[in-house]
Amino acid sequence: MFTYVPLLWSVYLSFFDAHNTVSPHRFVGLDNYTSMLRDRAFTDSLGTFGLFALFIVPATYALSLALALMVNRLRYLQAFFRSVFFLPAACSYVVAAMIWKLSIFNGVRFGLANTVLGWFGADQTAWLSTTHPPWYWLVIVTVRLWLQAGFYMVLFLAGLQRIPAQLYEAAAVDGARPGWQVFRYITFPQLRATSVAVALLLVINAFQAFDEFYNLLSDSRGYPPYARPPLVYLYNIALGRGQNLGEGSAGAVILALIIAVVTVVQARWFGLGRRED
Amino acid sequence: MTFSRRQLLGTGGSLALTGALAAACGSNSGRDDDGGKPGRATLQQWYHQYGEAGTEQAVRRYAAAYTAADVKVQWRPGDYDQQTAAALLTSSGPDIFEGSPTLDQIQGGQVVDVTDLVSAVKDDFNPAVLTPKTYDGRIWGIPQVIDMQLLYYRKSLLSDADIQPPTTLDELVDAAKKLTTKKVKGLFLGNDGGAGVLGGTPLYAAGLSLVTEDGKVGFDDPAAARTLGKFHRLYADKSLLLGAPTDWSDPSAFIQGLTALQWSGLWALPAVKKALGDDFGVLPFPADGAAGKPTVPVGAYGAAVNSRSKHQAEAKAYIKWLWVDKTDYQEDFALSYGFHIPARISLAKKAAKLREGAAADAVSYATDHGYAQPLLWTPAGQTAYQDALSRIIKDGANPDTELKAVVRTTASELQRVRKKP
Repeated sequence: MFTYVPLLWSVYLSFFDAHNTVSPHRFVGLDNYTSMLRDRAFTDSLGTFGLFALFIVPATYALSLALALMVNRLRYLQAFFRSVFFLPAACSYVVAAMIWKLSIFNGVRFGLANTVLGWFGADQTAWLSTTHPPWYWLVIVTVRLWLQAGFYMVLFLAGLQRIPAQLYEAAAVDGARPGWQVFRYITFPQLRATSVAVALLLVINAFQAFDEFYNLLSDSRGYPPYARPPLVYLYNIALGRGQNLGEGSAGAVILALIIAVVTVVQARWFGLGRRED
Repeated sequence: MTFSRRQLLGTGGSLALTGALAAACGSNSGRDDDGGKPGRATLQQWYHQYGEAGTEQAVRRYAAAYTAADVKVQWRPGDYDQQTAAALLTSSGPDIFEGSPTLDQIQGGQVVDVTDLVSAVKDDFNPAVLTPKTYDGRIWGIPQVIDMQLLYYRKSLLSDADIQPPTTLDELVDAAKKLTTKKVKGLFLGNDGGAGVLGGTPLYAAGLSLVTEDGKVGFDDPAAARTLGKFHRLYADKSLLLGAPTDWSDPSAFIQGLTALQWSGLWALPAVKKALGDDFGVLPFPADGAAGKPTVPVGAYGAAVNSRSKHQAEAKAYIKWLWVDKTDYQEDFALSYGFHIPARISLAKKAAKLREGAAADAVSYATDHGYAQPLLWTPAGQTAYQDALSRIIKDGANPDTELKAVVRTTASELQRVRKKP
């Protein structure tokens, strides 16, 4: 009831003029759709998502895999380090965003990042407000990396621990050099199923980006036009001061279709669902 | 680990449609059960979170003093305007809320007509803040206090740099650059560089407006692009303070010496005076161009009644009692905590605290140079304008091109709201 009714109502509402109401007011056909597709802010927000996914998916994948490989090799204190790296996953996105914004990456001289850089004579940097270069991406990507790398590390650890030891022994007998060669020909192929799952989850999570963006960049007067992901834009249109629920619904339908297409393409690319998996 | 394609599509497709709604949903409706004494209404009243100490206690005291109904005050931190806008769509919103009802809310019948409550003393309300609450000859909110924004400057820093308080936008840009050092920035217009808070102020300073009195776009003029283009210099010169722990509405950055000039509100004046004594002054936003004039934005939250309230009559009686009859409470609310100008002209004239020093200067700016955001200026136009201003300031985008797009959006919005009954 709480999934399908709002979903279908949202599709229905997208064909109506619905300012400040969730009840259809006046049928407008596809006007809301054409208006959203012509809206530069909406198309820019789709670009923002693409850029974010481009940063965060490979970065999280590489970092979580590296952490998993490192923790997996530990003879002692493995449980301790696994917990240390996993703990940020329990932290709220809102809280983490506020810590990043107010303590580490604030733009004044006593912010942590600026203090450290100041020791080397660097000028203070407004991390979230500087668009050239776009330092805000550093803040956005690092906070999400910190929050989610530990979770994916645990998935990779589980995958690593399922690789039979005999494979490594056989590789050693065949003369494979430990390190990169073993990783490339044994470990990485054996992690294929885990890698596919991690990549899919990372892309879906990137689509869901809202909390850290909103808390890092919004203020009482609105949200800047850069680094505005689709959910933030649609939230502001539909549930913010605009209260244009017709157009907001049209945007949500467009976004849902895009996600569906991306998911199918990605699933086909990874060969997901094939019998050999 | 395998997912079926059906599961994946289901998950992916649901995400976007439910995401925007889920992001805003919370279990706390902000409304208690009626729970009052039998035969007696319990009214839910919302206020946004004022920064000044003592304000919350004061409004709770006023509510407790009302005898004809039980009034439960909710103090709401966060993005208050968005909260009220969303709450008005549901049946669990407040009975009374402070806010600036938008044209869509008025046209959508979300707020109650309160003309009859004000009619006897209508002329005593400052027209600058009553007009934006008036639509189609009816009044939709009772102005509580007048808030204004203005430029604070640190006298000692300006005199050390041999700079006079700026009277034109060019002088302000030059002064901000000269006042910028390794530790102190010249000017603070908010962490977004001013795109959000300045709003239409630079346009009015250039002799233009957001919407003309006859309901047309007020900035379809080359002077608008010329004025807004000057803001990029502030950013390019690195004269702007950006990324401060608190934003423009809080005077902390100014008090802590992070900036020599700050755009903030009159409400911050007691805190600034306490911290800096007489080492500060206030200015209107400086004029730009031959047709320009100094400008300060004024505005007022109004006490409004939710049309979904089950206790509309009681709610109207309460806001009449508080914001029309109880002039002592109105004066206390305006002047005992932060500084605001009473919305009633008679009270503003009596207020001794507003007759001297920087407060008196501020009041004279509000009287001589104040402008209020027109009711016809809709959120869609505002978002487009803020986005354009942000791109002009930070990216050095072409002001002409950016403004043309905003003019189109605004014209289309004006056409839309005019079509409505």
